[in-house]
Amino acid sequence: MHVGSIVLETAKPAIAPWYEIVQHTLKHNDVRLVTYVPDKVFIPLIENLHADPDFLTFATAREEEALGIVAGAWMGGRRGAVLMQTSGFGTIPNVLASLVVPYQVPAIIFVSERGTLREFNLGQALVCRTMRPVLESLAVESHTITRHDELEFIVDRSIKQAVATQAAVVFILSPLLTGGKMFEASGGLSEAKPTIDLAVRLGP
Amino acid sequence: MPSAASAVATYDNAKVLNRFELTKRLIARLKSEEAVIGGIGNTNFDLWSAGHRPQNFYMLGSMGLAIPIAFGVALAQSQRHVIALEGDGSLLMQLGCLVTIAAQQPKNLTMVIMDNGLYQITGRQPTPAAGTADYVALARAAGLSKCAWAGDEEDFDRLIDAALADGGPTFIAARIDDNPGVGTTDRDPVQIRQRFMMGLGVRTKV
Repeated sequence: MHVGSIVLETAKPAIAPWYEIVQHTLKHNDVRLVTYVPDKVFIPLIENLHADPDFLTFATAREEEALGIVAGAWMGGRRGAVLMQTSGFGTIPNVLASLVVPYQVPAIIFVSERGTLREFNLGQALVCRTMRPVLESLAVESHTITRHDELEFIVDRSIKQAVATQAAVVFILSPLLTGGKMFEASGGLSEAKPTIDLAVRLGP
Repeated sequence: MPSAASAVATYDNAKVLNRFELTKRLIARLKSEEAVIGGIGNTNFDLWSAGHRPQNFYMLGSMGLAIPIAFGVALAQSQRHVIALEGDGSLLMQLGCLVTIAAQQPKNLTMVIMDNGLYQITGRQPTPAAGTADYVALARAAGLSKCAWAGDEEDFDRLIDAALADGGPTFIAARIDDNPGVGTTDRDPVQIRQRFMMGLGVRTKV
């Protein structure tokens, strides 16, 4: 039986951290435009994407805007992904229901899951409860990813499915995978920095 | 005439124009299969009524996203100029997109705002900005240096030509009357999207 926290604590140096796997899998699938409204959990992913010249990565003022940009880019022939936190997801149901789903846009969305597993902010905890019912009501594919060893498989295959079926996919990255965000005083992320240079390994 | 090159139109001296007429004038100036994104409601209704083009995209919901969608198309196809047609009320829904675009500086993006100060389609209620906010001033404050009010029809033409020739991002606002859109777009989102992708050369067959 898998216990997420043990995986995090005993991760071997040779195993890439979750955010490098996401970066590599996006690149491998030619998803090289990333728009986001930040989350603390996503700091290493956002920093690495900004540092990687293969990606165009930028912040938007709002999650709806981030989604509109990747929808337009996809129609123009360029794949994109959006990063947001749980509360950001709470701002996008209208765009999902009136743009992404009816126009059959394969939006690729990563949500850093807040509101559970030691959340400290009741606002986050409540908005988290709205996320899965919204996705279910729109029949949007979503995966809650808890295990490091399943991350690449789920993300890689789901991006391919999204493109092939012209349907959005939402990856909810659980604190079991990312370490989550805890009380500010505790220093937030518990995960170590990468111990290998993935950019060198992957090449351009 | 405000269209004289030396005159700079302001909200106060800009002539009140007509959305459908401006949309037709815009389309007439497009010679290079430029993409045009019509925002929710009257902007896309008039875009449709001006004569469908394969490079037109019509938004049926997602109020406020005409500019972000156009920006996304512009990022994907840097050789193609992309124009967003958006209403003033719609822009208010997503004013933040102006700062994003100012930061990214896409050269092939033009934003056209049709400002009648009204939510015309829902019963002509004034927007919260009516008579108070100046959209060109907002755009300039967001960091968009190429922004202007269209003083009259000829000034609008000149601004469009300059945007297409010189590159942007360009923000053009026009004061318009309170007439409703002329027609109604066929509301088939999959067909709209597929036609658009074919018009952009992304898809080659149905």
